[in-house]
Amino acid sequence: MTAGLWEKWLLPGFWITIQLTLYSALFAAVVAFGVGIARTSRLWIVRFLTGFYVEVFRGTSALVLMFWLFFVMPLGFGFQLVPMWAAVLALGLTYGAYGSEIVRGAVAAVPPAQREAAIALSFTPAQRMRRVILPQAIPEMIPPFNNLLIELLKGTALVSAVSVADTTFAAQLSRLATGDSLEIYSIILVMYFVLAFVLTRLMRLLERRAKAGLGQAPDKRAKGPALTRKPSGARKTEQSSDLITAGGAQ
Amino acid sequence: MNWDWDVAKDFLPELGDGLLITLEATALGSVLAFALGLVWALAFRSPTRFVRWPVAAVVEFIRNTPLLVQLFFFYYVLPTWDIKFSALTTGVIALGLHYSTYTAEVYRAGIDGVPRGQWEAATALSLSRGRTWIAVILPQAIRRVVPALGNYVIAMLKDSPMLALIGVVDMLQKARAHGASSFEYIEPYTMVGIAFILIAYPASLLMRALERRLGH
Repeated sequence: MTAGLWEKWLLPGFWITIQLTLYSALFAAVVAFGVGIARTSRLWIVRFLTGFYVEVFRGTSALVLMFWLFFVMPLGFGFQLVPMWAAVLALGLTYGAYGSEIVRGAVAAVPPAQREAAIALSFTPAQRMRRVILPQAIPEMIPPFNNLLIELLKGTALVSAVSVADTTFAAQLSRLATGDSLEIYSIILVMYFVLAFVLTRLMRLLERRAKAGLGQAPDKRAKGPALTRKPSGARKTEQSSDLITAGGAQ
Repeated sequence: MNWDWDVAKDFLPELGDGLLITLEATALGSVLAFALGLVWALAFRSPTRFVRWPVAAVVEFIRNTPLLVQLFFFYYVLPTWDIKFSALTTGVIALGLHYSTYTAEVYRAGIDGVPRGQWEAATALSLSRGRTWIAVILPQAIRRVVPALGNYVIAMLKDSPMLALIGVVDMLQKARAHGASSFEYIEPYTMVGIAFILIAYPASLLMRALERRLGH
């Protein structure tokens, strides 16, 4: 590894990975909340369309979707996205579909009495969602969202296949330049791991904040030096099954 | 959108060939993930921390780093150590190893879910350690986690196109090759995407039904 490779490729690549993770996570969060809440709609057509979206995007592979957006969209529909945004779109739509299941599960897990109380107080549906349901549902969503965020971070490595110059892409170039595969791939694996570790810590902090807002203490962590939450076992709520599905969400 | 049915018809046999490879990689990867995951899960319960901690650290590291990078790691680093595998074998190893870190957690949850009384009964019957595991604990633990394991098989199926990036001739690679030689991109890529949905959706319905049957 020479200093030039670091400055010209690996560090900018790492920055691209961080940016991709943040933008895709934001986009996925918007999709997840929008679709997750729409799936509880009273209109069957809304439920059907959002359900269709979720099944399609959970059913297909993120990599195939990325190739599709990258190669088929320009030919078939005559407009081309900048590779970076095609990647954000693909990741956001895929992980948004998984996230919407988390949102739906957490909203459904709020005790029905809360909803009934809000109706009795003649809240409008929007007020009910914003003032009563979501504040209680969001703290429950954070641990599964954390798992999904790590999956998303790992998913960003796929963008190197459509020539976005992220960390993995930079590693490929460095390997071609120096031929030292072991060193380069070890370094970037550690880089990804550190990023995952930092993100997990941040999400823990967020969870503690959100739970404190409700006057609850955060769950005691399961034993072991695990970064991510245990996918199942610890929590036997409706979300636990979604969590398992979301585990290998690419 | 200018869809050409003739191109789609031409690509169909290639898609079939690729599908076989995709399924083969998924099946072999699953077997490896199930077996290795069980090894990790048992190691988590080892009485000595000199086994528990290193295994937990390695599992955590593998789970929190991208499969794609691990794939490249195996593909480019193993040959420098004079270990030469075909692309498909390398891919299966990486896929299986990566997902074994997920299945390990599933097994762990299943084992933790076996009631204490079962352990005590096994002790009372003075079954040996091996017998306790094989005849009492694992059959009950694995039964409860079958749907969760199935979901990971589906996840592996959806991750298998990554193998195309190290040159395994799966569905995605067939589409890429077809596009590169004929500039026909629309039909192959769309068909590959639809093929994944056609396999993954019924499979996930099956897992959901199984989950209800086994009753959580």
